[in-house]
Amino acid sequence: MPETSNALTELGVAAIREGVAKGSFSAVEVAEAFNANVAAAQQALNAFIVPTPEKALEAAKVVDADRAAGKPLGKMAGVPIGMKDLFATRGVQTTAASHILEGFTPEYESTVSQKLWDAGAGMLGKLNLDQFAMGSSNETSYFGNVISPWRRNDGGNAALAPGGSSGGSSAAVSARLCPAATGTDTGGSIRQPAAFTGIAGIKPTYGRCSRWGIVAFASSLDQAGPMARDVRDCAIMLGAMAGFDPKDATSLDMPVPDWEAALSADLKGKKVGIPREYRMDGMDEDVAKSWEQGIAWLKDAGAEVVDISLPHTKYALPTYYIIAPAEASSNLARYDGVRYGLRDMPSGGNLQDMYAATRAAGFGAEVKRRIMIGTYVLSAGYYDAYYTQAQKVRTMISRDFTDAFTRCDVILAPTAPSAAFALGEKSADPLEMYLNDVFSVPASLAGLPAMSVPAGLGLEGLPLGLQIIGRPFDEQGVLNAGLAIEQRAQFTAKPERWW
Amino acid sequence: MSEYRIQGATGEWEVVIGLEVHAQVVSKSKLFSGAATEFGAEPNAQVSLVDAAMPGMLPVPNKECIRQAVRTGMAINAPINKWSRFDRKNYFYADLPQGYQISQLYHPLVGEGEIEIGIDDKNPDNTKVIGIERIHVEQDAGKLMHDQHPTMSYVDLNRSGVALMEIVSRPDMRSPAEAGAYLRKLRTILRYVGSCDGNMEEGSMRADVNVSVRKPGDEFGTRTETKNVNSVRFVMAVVEQEARRQVDLIEDGGKVVQETRLYDPDRNETRPMRSKEDAHDYRYFPDPDLLPLELDDAFLEECRASLPELPDAKRKRYEQALGLSPYNADVLTAEAETARWFERLLSATAERQNKPEADVAKQAANWLISELFGALNKLGKELQESPISPAQGGELLALVGDGTISGSIAKQVLEKMLETGDGAVVIVEREGLKQTSDTGAIEAVIAKVLADNADKVEQYKGGKEALFGFFVGQTMKAMQGKANPGMVNELLKKALG
Amino acid sequence: MSVDTATVAKIAALARIKVTEAELEAMVPELNGILAWVEQLGEVDVTGVEPMTAVIPNHLRLREDVIDADPLTGGGIRDRVLANAPAAEHGFFGVPKVIE
Repeated sequence: MPETSNALTELGVAAIREGVAKGSFSAVEVAEAFNANVAAAQQALNAFIVPTPEKALEAAKVVDADRAAGKPLGKMAGVPIGMKDLFATRGVQTTAASHILEGFTPEYESTVSQKLWDAGAGMLGKLNLDQFAMGSSNETSYFGNVISPWRRNDGGNAALAPGGSSGGSSAAVSARLCPAATGTDTGGSIRQPAAFTGIAGIKPTYGRCSRWGIVAFASSLDQAGPMARDVRDCAIMLGAMAGFDPKDATSLDMPVPDWEAALSADLKGKKVGIPREYRMDGMDEDVAKSWEQGIAWLKDAGAEVVDISLPHTKYALPTYYIIAPAEASSNLARYDGVRYGLRDMPSGGNLQDMYAATRAAGFGAEVKRRIMIGTYVLSAGYYDAYYTQAQKVRTMISRDFTDAFTRCDVILAPTAPSAAFALGEKSADPLEMYLNDVFSVPASLAGLPAMSVPAGLGLEGLPLGLQIIGRPFDEQGVLNAGLAIEQRAQFTAKPERWW
Repeated sequence: MSEYRIQGATGEWEVVIGLEVHAQVVSKSKLFSGAATEFGAEPNAQVSLVDAAMPGMLPVPNKECIRQAVRTGMAINAPINKWSRFDRKNYFYADLPQGYQISQLYHPLVGEGEIEIGIDDKNPDNTKVIGIERIHVEQDAGKLMHDQHPTMSYVDLNRSGVALMEIVSRPDMRSPAEAGAYLRKLRTILRYVGSCDGNMEEGSMRADVNVSVRKPGDEFGTRTETKNVNSVRFVMAVVEQEARRQVDLIEDGGKVVQETRLYDPDRNETRPMRSKEDAHDYRYFPDPDLLPLELDDAFLEECRASLPELPDAKRKRYEQALGLSPYNADVLTAEAETARWFERLLSATAERQNKPEADVAKQAANWLISELFGALNKLGKELQESPISPAQGGELLALVGDGTISGSIAKQVLEKMLETGDGAVVIVEREGLKQTSDTGAIEAVIAKVLADNADKVEQYKGGKEALFGFFVGQTMKAMQGKANPGMVNELLKKALG
Repeated sequence: MSVDTATVAKIAALARIKVTEAELEAMVPELNGILAWVEQLGEVDVTGVEPMTAVIPNHLRLREDVIDADPLTGGGIRDRVLANAPAAEHGFFGVPKVIE
């Protein structure tokens, strides 16, 4: 019996793929259902910068035709997804949520998005994000804030942050505008928004997914990853996204394991490390409780829980906020009005004036701030004190993890220091916003695979996420522990539709 | 010790020169992208998305470019750093799409080396060693054209991303002549190695000229840098002009400012560059898109094994093993192609005459330099365009070697060879140019010559020995040059007593 | 290390971002706040520690010297390269005239 539209949009990646393969419904039906949800939510949530319903339908038609012809179907066949607007999509505007790239239409497709299309997925649209992936609340986009579909249970209707930078992705998945979306994670931009909106998201080992065709923010930290409603869906989608790319010199030349096939929530024989330095003074009560609960769940799954130390934890955030802006200041130098994007030409001005005016008009405040910090810490006289020092501390943070992993197999920690806050609440002081990344940044600096899974709701009725960090290349261990939590958390809450 | 001095009002000044040469690497594709590198293409026809610095683009290094830089380092006796790194040099300019150049500052690929230069034209063995501080690999920038439009400059990124070797000399040069000699020698080495074609007009090799002046014995003075000088002649002119300018400035009470300058060949003067206003804070940091470059021994060995005999070694071998004069050895080794041509000629000549190469080397060298070069010059052709092959040269030389024709007849034959394209043997046959060693025939002609010039015979016998040459000449003339000169000499001596 | 308006102005110039007086004034305390906070890295004893050069152990791959081996990173695509140019003329990118 054909599913109703509503029911279709409740399905995740695995269910849609199976349904299409079996013939329970057509890929076109699925695409139409999600297209409708996207359209209905666009004004209220602003999750998409550019919806592309025709593209979703186009891909769906191909899958339906392939199925009819008996051709083999790909890993994501019939699954329409949202594409964070940081991935270059050929023929479709790609902006990185910035005015400086408004109207830019790439003549090329990013490796990761191409792999998803090759796997049979379709594009519902380009998702909104923090500008150039810089932010933790999706409040820095030139195309307006993304509003979280979640609301506090206080009866008020304060607009909440969906997290960032992949705020459009997290909002869209949790609001059932798409079953899954791509995100990118540099300091927590997949994990934190996933936690804020009660969905799952994984940042793989650095180098697991190709960065070719993804607008670069901080080269040594950026990683693409899936955001979906459960662990299995993430495993499926990551399998379609990952793989060696000769066009990316930092790409891992390793085979992609079949993470989905090897999923197991049985953690017997596994050790879970609890980092004592993550227990911070004044930690949010809900977050602390959720963490304790997570520990209990993993024990229940058969794991042994051990106390570990990551001594340089407190230096991770400042290290990140030196290295990431430094790399960004250089990566964003190409946005100069010469070859693409915005050009602002003051009358009577010369080339250098054009640069200065274009970049002033094109970049948002947070982007400018980070470029300035980055330029400063690389400048003559400060390079050693800031940048070199930060890279050395980074080595020590990485070593902390290597040491810890001799005593445990995965690490359990909160994903974010609080549940979602209201838009505008943390805008006064940039530093306050940066502190959101305190739990997520260390794994980024060390290049480790890390994921967030929904653990429950806090007192205000907002989702809380738990983070699992694993050894390099051990996405499986991370996914498995995530699955163990997911099965026990039984998180079925979803935002009540107010739009 | 260089004697070059600038004469100033307050005395003599010494000039200190360092050269930073940017040499485009010979490779099919660019350093970090697959776009082609060939010169002269339509604007922006050889530009990839990576070279155009589109959002999300990433660099992947070209093995051949690294290989060429390593081979060049080996050719100047420099250590190769098995671990080196790429750094970003950040600045804004329209020919620099990324807003940074990928270069190597902190850990270059090649360490300290040296080049031997000749400092005395008359004696090529009189040399000076110029130190090289380092060679590193980096991206070239695109090209800006300022004269195509009234209010716009045009950007062509074909050259953007082509691999460059930056070869930094120590400030060891002390005269325009030394700077010129260094540049020429470096160019020769690069062309021998095959890592750069050294074509300065096309821009595949350019020099930044660092000049400072000092009173002999003093500390180094402040230097200026004159960028992108694209001929040896101009480099020497820059040294002269800039040194002079600095001396005049200092003696007038001024101070030399460390700045970047450009050379204007029309005015033969250097002037400060306008665009480099704010301090050169390039904010170098390791490129996070690239891992450190690590080379293994197998790779290095392959590079070393692939090196040809280098100019200095070749020149010494020509002198010592082949017995050539230092001058000739120098001429023949100045260009790899010339040496190659000569060696093929030598091989053909030795084979035809069934003699060891050392025995025929002088003959071959002399003929190539004195005869063929001159003949090709008249035709306006380079050696590479010679209608005559080394094998054909060998054929001609063999006819002289075995006495079939004389040296002077050989000149005629050469001309005919160039005219007709035929081989020496064919021409000699056809034109009946064989020289005679027939004693009887020569004796008969000698007898007639002496008889016709009895008065001169008397004078000769009376002591005017120089007349011997006259008799030789007359005899050769009467035999239309086709007499074996050695035989003529011998028989004339006999006839004259 | 703290910054003043003059320093911020210099950084903005290096970064080619035009800032108004008002923006300069506002940026000073913001940047100082961030810089003061990252200063704490100075207290870490990093003796004998090398700066990180590779996040995950890996070797730099060198590619073969083949022209246009991968169409995505090869040349001969002028129209696509110029497609998004604000000012393209006769196959060139046009920029305000530069005088050297």
